[in-house]
Amino acid sequence: MSKLRVISAMSGGVDSSVATARMVDQGHEVVGIHLALSRKDSNGKGRGCCTLDDARDARRVADKLGIPFYVWDFSTAFAESVMDNFHSEYEQGRTPNPCLRCNEKIKFSAVLDRALALGFDAVATGHYAQIEHGPDGVELHRAIDPLKDQSYVLGVLTQFQLAHSLFPLGGNYKVHIREEAEERGLITAKKPDSHDICFIPDGDTAGYLLRKLGEQPGDITDATTGEVLGRHSGTFTVTIGQRRGLNLTVPAEDGAPRYVVDIDRETGTVIVGAPELLDVDFIRAVNPIWAGAPLGEDAVEVSAQVRAHAEPVPASAYVHDGELLINLHEQIRGLAPGQAAVLYSGTKVLGSATVASTNRVGKQTSLHGS
Amino acid sequence: MQRVYLDHAATTQMLPQARAAWLQVSQQVGNASSLHTSGRAARRVVESARESIAEDLGMRPSAVIFTGGGTESDNLAIKGLYWARCAQLGKSPRTIVTSAIEHHAVLDPVLWLGEHEGAVVELANTDAQGCVSLVEIERALVRGDIALVSIMWANNEIGAIQPVHEIAGLCQKFDVPFHTDAVQALGQVPLNLGDLDATAVTISSHKIGGPVGVGALLVDPIAKFTPVLHGGGQEREIRSGTLDPASIAAFAAAVRYSVSELDEHGAALRELQEYLVSAVTSAVPGAILNGPLPGEARLPNNTHFSFPGCEGDSLLMLLDAAGIDCATGSACTAGIPEPSHVLLSMGLDEKTARASLRFSLGRGSSKEGIDQLAQALPGVVERAQRAGSVSV
Repeated sequence: MSKLRVISAMSGGVDSSVATARMVDQGHEVVGIHLALSRKDSNGKGRGCCTLDDARDARRVADKLGIPFYVWDFSTAFAESVMDNFHSEYEQGRTPNPCLRCNEKIKFSAVLDRALALGFDAVATGHYAQIEHGPDGVELHRAIDPLKDQSYVLGVLTQFQLAHSLFPLGGNYKVHIREEAEERGLITAKKPDSHDICFIPDGDTAGYLLRKLGEQPGDITDATTGEVLGRHSGTFTVTIGQRRGLNLTVPAEDGAPRYVVDIDRETGTVIVGAPELLDVDFIRAVNPIWAGAPLGEDAVEVSAQVRAHAEPVPASAYVHDGELLINLHEQIRGLAPGQAAVLYSGTKVLGSATVASTNRVGKQTSLHGS
Repeated sequence: MQRVYLDHAATTQMLPQARAAWLQVSQQVGNASSLHTSGRAARRVVESARESIAEDLGMRPSAVIFTGGGTESDNLAIKGLYWARCAQLGKSPRTIVTSAIEHHAVLDPVLWLGEHEGAVVELANTDAQGCVSLVEIERALVRGDIALVSIMWANNEIGAIQPVHEIAGLCQKFDVPFHTDAVQALGQVPLNLGDLDATAVTISSHKIGGPVGVGALLVDPIAKFTPVLHGGGQEREIRSGTLDPASIAAFAAAVRYSVSELDEHGAALRELQEYLVSAVTSAVPGAILNGPLPGEARLPNNTHFSFPGCEGDSLLMLLDAAGIDCATGSACTAGIPEPSHVLLSMGLDEKTARASLRFSLGRGSSKEGIDQLAQALPGVVERAQRAGSVSV
């Protein structure tokens, strides 16, 4: 590979540390960037991806590698494009994925645009995914390590973005990356993985949204009888498929567990019912983004993945009126509007779209995605 | 590639005289507060340095209170004078008058007293060149109930020299303590503190080629200060803490050298300053010089420009890659650049404030270095403008 000028996005975690080290080893001219995505260390814990500890760790790794290091302030863009969107999506009864949104709007958009304008060729990150050069351009593929594969959250990238992205870790298992970090003597080698949403480091999304949006109480009703079974403090405090914590006051006649099966944003009602009501085999998704050639009106056999760590499901998919329609060959359970459906052909990402409705849910919610 | 260091206002290379003094004293053992021979030897070093600095700056030795640096001196002056005044006059809260363009080491303790102790804060405005309004200070003094006035001698970002003698005179007329942060002025312009009616003056060692971590508050010996640090009662119980004879000796050596060389150094810097301003404005015709024109109203080491359409941190990064060290403004702990409060208070909009760089000169600066800057700038500005136009 020829020598490139690379911006390496350094979160302060082990993955981006090793990714950066590898870029340096390959002879690229690398500048380390830590993205300041929030201005406050919200509760002093070190788990979020944007705390001062993480900025310091990233800086120390850059020191060790002997590369320039800067902090880029994208907190305003992050608040507008990711956090505000997160709040409003939940408020409208949908379940957004902020990591996907951040990749789409910040890391591979605002940051990449700035990097290119400043004369860099590419942005490298520690995501587990693989870039391959196919006959029709750059292809995004799943990582080797199935447990770490992050191609799902990169499913929002366009051909242009992919052509300027580098994912140096996709060909390795995570355990080897940790070993490599250890061998390289990087101080991030033993840092725990971050799983939570970076601006909700305690993982309590419902509590966070209650603080942000305020209580918006409403009824919990039975999907078949319409009977009021309890109250909730905001439709955004529950997710489709949720069973626990609903505090239903009326027990089910047959004593069977009941799940959130739909959210009616118009009336602020949460609808609960039997788990079978969660079974989905048709998805209507909006705002498709294609990694390469877009799908057309003719159905194509694909596999569809609807969550970061969900099993992909065989399906046929086509585009009609700008919307992506997906017939799943196997049922999946508990899919919420706002989630992203990412389509694959084998290990290759074809593209993604935002779930607007399914054959089970979304009839009450707005049919237009974000 | 030869690196060009244009950030002397942040810190500057240690002078050989200061290094020699530090190395020599650092061989000695002895706590300056100890009563035995070694202790007295350490104390002798400290007292010689005190006399040396007092002589160079036109004060009595008892005026010199050694501290850990400029920030500590500013905190001691602001909080120490405020608390002492409130205790002395038996009422609080009272008003603190300062300017909107102070260094954070002054501004933040003042605002802290406002938030936590109910002090009333009055921020005097500046004109478009960054010069503090005398009229506003006089009006505040006339209204009365003023605990203290603190106005910097010269601004650290845009180099504007403030009318400190006039302000000191006003304060004396109204019998109000006056503090000035002279960290940027020392070694750049004559201080002659004997001619200034100030209650307290902050100076710092590392800005003039002494070591980091030592400074002084030069005080009117009869003024009352409530200590910020309580402890062993050193420095007339105004500033407790073991004295650092090596750093203090080195600080005194740096003051001695920079004061004795002031005229020559100032003249050399003025020439380079004018050279830099014309080099930058001809390399980038859109560049705007912020602050006063080079001359009496501006520190000779300071230049500051806005490059419209650029982000300051993009400029800094690209110049860094081109071998040039310069500054955008004050940075917070995480290294996130904030738009300068100084530029905003001078009336610049946030975008222009963010598009700014300071190039500050010092010993070792040369026309060749400035040429290297002028050569790099057009390409750097063009790139940063492109990046500025895509930034969200």
